[in-house]
Amino acid sequence: MPDQSPRAQLSRRQLLKRAGLVGAAAIATPIGTLVPSPSVAQSPAQAQGAIGRGQALETLTAVEAETLQAITARLIPSDANGPGALEAQAAGYIDRALGGALASSHDAYRSGLAAVDAYARAAKGKPFATLSAADQDAVLRDMEANVASGFVPDASTFFNLVRAHTIQGTFCDPYYGGNVDFVGWDLIGYPGVRLAVTPNEQRMDPKLTPTHRSAYENAMFSRKRPGRASREDEMVRWPRT
Amino acid sequence: MATNLTKTDVVIVGLGAVGGVAALPLARAGLRVVGLEAGGWLNPDDFAPDELRNNVRGWPQAVQKANREIPTHRPHASAPYSPRPAIHPMMNAVGGTSLHYWAQSWRLNPWDFKVVSETTRRYGAARIPRGSTVEDWPFGLEDLEPYYEVVENEIGVSGKAGNLNGKIDRGGNIFEGPRKHEYPMPPLRATGFTDMMAGAARTLGWHPFPGPAAINSRTYQNRVGCAYHGYCNRGGCHVKAKGSTAVTTIPKAQQTGRLEVVTQAITTAINVDASGRVTGVTYLKDGTEYFQPADVVLLAAYVYENVRILLLSTSRAFPNGLSNRHGQVGRHYFSHNQGAAVTALFPRDINNWYGLPAQGVAVDNWADDNFDHSQLDFIGGGNLWVYSDRRPIGAANMTTFGRAPRWGSEWKAFIKRNADRWNTAYLQKTTLPYEDNYLDLDPTIKDPLGFPVCRITADYKDNERKVATFIQDKMVEWFMAAGALATEKVPIGTMGPTTHAYGGTRMGDNPETNVVNRWGFSHEVPNLGILGASVMGTSGARNPTLTAQALAWRTADHLAKNWKTIAD
Repeated sequence: MPDQSPRAQLSRRQLLKRAGLVGAAAIATPIGTLVPSPSVAQSPAQAQGAIGRGQALETLTAVEAETLQAITARLIPSDANGPGALEAQAAGYIDRALGGALASSHDAYRSGLAAVDAYARAAKGKPFATLSAADQDAVLRDMEANVASGFVPDASTFFNLVRAHTIQGTFCDPYYGGNVDFVGWDLIGYPGVRLAVTPNEQRMDPKLTPTHRSAYENAMFSRKRPGRASREDEMVRWPRT
Repeated sequence: MATNLTKTDVVIVGLGAVGGVAALPLARAGLRVVGLEAGGWLNPDDFAPDELRNNVRGWPQAVQKANREIPTHRPHASAPYSPRPAIHPMMNAVGGTSLHYWAQSWRLNPWDFKVVSETTRRYGAARIPRGSTVEDWPFGLEDLEPYYEVVENEIGVSGKAGNLNGKIDRGGNIFEGPRKHEYPMPPLRATGFTDMMAGAARTLGWHPFPGPAAINSRTYQNRVGCAYHGYCNRGGCHVKAKGSTAVTTIPKAQQTGRLEVVTQAITTAINVDASGRVTGVTYLKDGTEYFQPADVVLLAAYVYENVRILLLSTSRAFPNGLSNRHGQVGRHYFSHNQGAAVTALFPRDINNWYGLPAQGVAVDNWADDNFDHSQLDFIGGGNLWVYSDRRPIGAANMTTFGRAPRWGSEWKAFIKRNADRWNTAYLQKTTLPYEDNYLDLDPTIKDPLGFPVCRITADYKDNERKVATFIQDKMVEWFMAAGALATEKVPIGTMGPTTHAYGGTRMGDNPETNVVNRWGFSHEVPNLGILGASVMGTSGARNPTLTAQALAWRTADHLAKNWKTIAD
């Protein structure tokens, strides 16, 4: 089991940056371990890609994952206010969800992440993931302001998509692969899932201890976890005639 | 060719908030009822406290029949279509949207039944907005009061009366019409935040009170009290404290042995004979087409689907759709003026992490005609509602009030500090029907079975926009009185598909302008009743469900008492 502490992840990531390991040539994405996924046909580069706790990439290529992870790390940075999207493994959440509930966004990620890199090369001379934090922020600002070119339909649409999914991946129930170690919930002071809440817990300044439990750690829900695929949840199937 | 089933007395299309209520008085009266429901049964362990699933991805709505038939919307007949939402606001299941609704269970105020006559009396007929088709209801609050009461008792509503037989109690809503009895349960608990807001309202001279909710505040009819866990909003109840019809009136009706619940049944048509009387309902289940004959059909499929099923049920007797000889099906449509909220930023944590949208404090001073409109240029008003409800993804998506960027370290510092320091008020405002706001069938967009979806042509008019501006100012005043640092007004938005839709099969004595009579039965088809907010001609400043449920009970009760006249 590799060291998964935020510091270790950050330092490895920075190490890779300094070493200039980029794109498909990288031996792995900056964090995580190499776990080929046998169930998905992948190129060698894809098979090496990994985001998060030793989990193989499910939908993105290693290059895409590296770019995405770098974006999320700037949207919700690790800083003096504590861990961010990187430690929450928001990119891993997105990678997994793109094979399920967010499948309709997979094409947008494919073309959007390629466009981010293309724009980064054009504007700053290097792929996004290898840029300095300041240059990465400049690229993201251009996307947010919709002045970055090469995006379909446009840069701000993709920016807003990634921002929304990064927030989901940082603040969702950890069941979905994000908010790892509850770093998102701790950041904003959410005291966690409680199945019953007392009157005192609804007064001002209640001094609540975070529960640090997934909803699905409660026995009553563990049997009915949402499926990983988008349609596994379905209770009603459209009748075929 | 459809498989013919054994004839029943009554078939109800849709076992949701209203169909699920109507089944009970019918079954108790000895009638055999078949309830057709497009969804299935859900249980407490289906309702995990999971924000991503419930609130972001829209489960349980997202996987439903309704989601394949989301209405289209355009503001007016020559305007381009609005973007179609990905998720239908309503859901299919036994209990319908009462499974995951907020469960605010309001009675309308007396004025809501008499908008035309009261406005004319007090301010003159010229004050009815131009182009509005609003009519007085065919009866007043006092006629509906007994039905409100029976539904409040059957589904279990908590609250505090403000007017008991004319005696005003300042603990409740002093503007409400007279009630015969107190609510069956006391209100849901107050929180530190709602106490703070109530205090601020009093400093303004307003009259705050706890709102009514179809949620147990204590054990009631063998169901436990609310757990206040924070996932009630668009999530079902894991302890059955929410008085969904799936855990109240439907099981009670089943206990009589006379309600047969048919799940996964997609109604495609209401059938009529040559004389124009309804003969039953055609539905699909598991790929097979069935015909369920019945003496009486009650249509209870929500506003959009009620209208769509009627318009799709064409016949020789009704070539333009069932009960539509006067072209009134789809008219007098309005969707509640629910937009135009106000969000406030406070200087301290307000502990909104737990609770539910029905756990709040209301102010009715600026609703309906509870204040003098002589010097104003609109009629009606809004109910101000603040409540305790917050989940982490929603908290992180808070507005930054122009004080921080939308991402990066500065944003992160902002949400770390302020995630529990903001609150958005829910402002429900008077909405009127207009000549050019209506529902019909979309000419091009179809559901997977090939039937056209419902098309909404509707936009807010001057009166609605003026009410919104006025009410937002009042809400800002309230938040600032409570010590808010800043407020932000949310735009009014469009009139696309909503959980608060009204009209389309309006109730009234005049068959030229209304689809159903004062009892909820079609003016043109004597053995067809229509249930739901589609019969309502005004919105009030309130959630519609309890009124729609009281009307449903009333229609069912009328049917049971006049069975021979209506069924034969």
